[in-house]
Amino acid sequence: MKDIRDALMVARSSDGKLIRRPLSPHLQVYQWPISMALSISHRVTGVGVSVGALLMTWWLVAAAVSDSAFATVQGFLGSGFGVFLLFCWAAALLFHLFTGIRHLVWDTGAGFDDWVHLGKTMPTYRASGWAVVIVTIVATLIVWIVGVVIW
Amino acid sequence: MAQPGKSVRLDVLRSELGRVRGLGAARSGSGHWWLQRLTSIALVPLTLWFIASAMRLEGATRSDMITWLHGPVPLTLMLCLAVTTFWHMELGLRVVVEDYVHQNRTRLTLLLLIRTLCIVAAVLCVISALRLGL
Repeated sequence: MKDIRDALMVARSSDGKLIRRPLSPHLQVYQWPISMALSISHRVTGVGVSVGALLMTWWLVAAAVSDSAFATVQGFLGSGFGVFLLFCWAAALLFHLFTGIRHLVWDTGAGFDDWVHLGKTMPTYRASGWAVVIVTIVATLIVWIVGVVIW
Repeated sequence: MAQPGKSVRLDVLRSELGRVRGLGAARSGSGHWWLQRLTSIALVPLTLWFIASAMRLEGATRSDMITWLHGPVPLTLMLCLAVTTFWHMELGLRVVVEDYVHQNRTRLTLLLLIRTLCIVAAVLCVISALRLGL
């Protein structure tokens, strides 16, 4: 044991032996339920949209600096790679926004009961998880269809 | 009961209570949690507004940007968005680093870098927006 925090990992197995507690989640053992996939995706998209925020910074700063600097940004964002980045940013931002709202609803204590639909019962968190996925896809498509039409 | 130390060597000799007390709360957890909620609530309308604005500014020239930010409402919202975004970003990235980076030196370096980056980016956005809008 090297770190004092390892002391928290000491436990007893059922035969009384001292063992090192296994760490959950067991990614390679679990079947991935939607909640687990959305939870880690919320985190990953959070890091992703941070990169987007830096893109926004570059865009604003260039606009404040000079015509040529702004033309560079607009040129980059209009290029194939730029459009790809913008698409990923929009999708990640909308996803993070909707899963974030789901988290805020959970913070009020709601959303953990059962959801009954067409005589079938499923946990509300599973239904809201799929709802977030669908709403994200629809919203991303709307943003891009409208965006391309304006363009 | 098995002999302690038979299967795991306990170099750290502390009682269970001592461990809990020694590793207790830093007393800043609820403040962090609450700020993350507050900034996220503010970011819901601000983000939707930003996406709509960015869509209308597709292919904008610099003078379009100036016209846009000359409105007091877009300028105010842009400033709120910049501050809240980077605040929320610092809180979020901090948790990611704290969860996955266990080496103290690397962790501290990353946390300082993230905080610096967020503050500098927020100030840059605020100054640039004011420069364009005022």
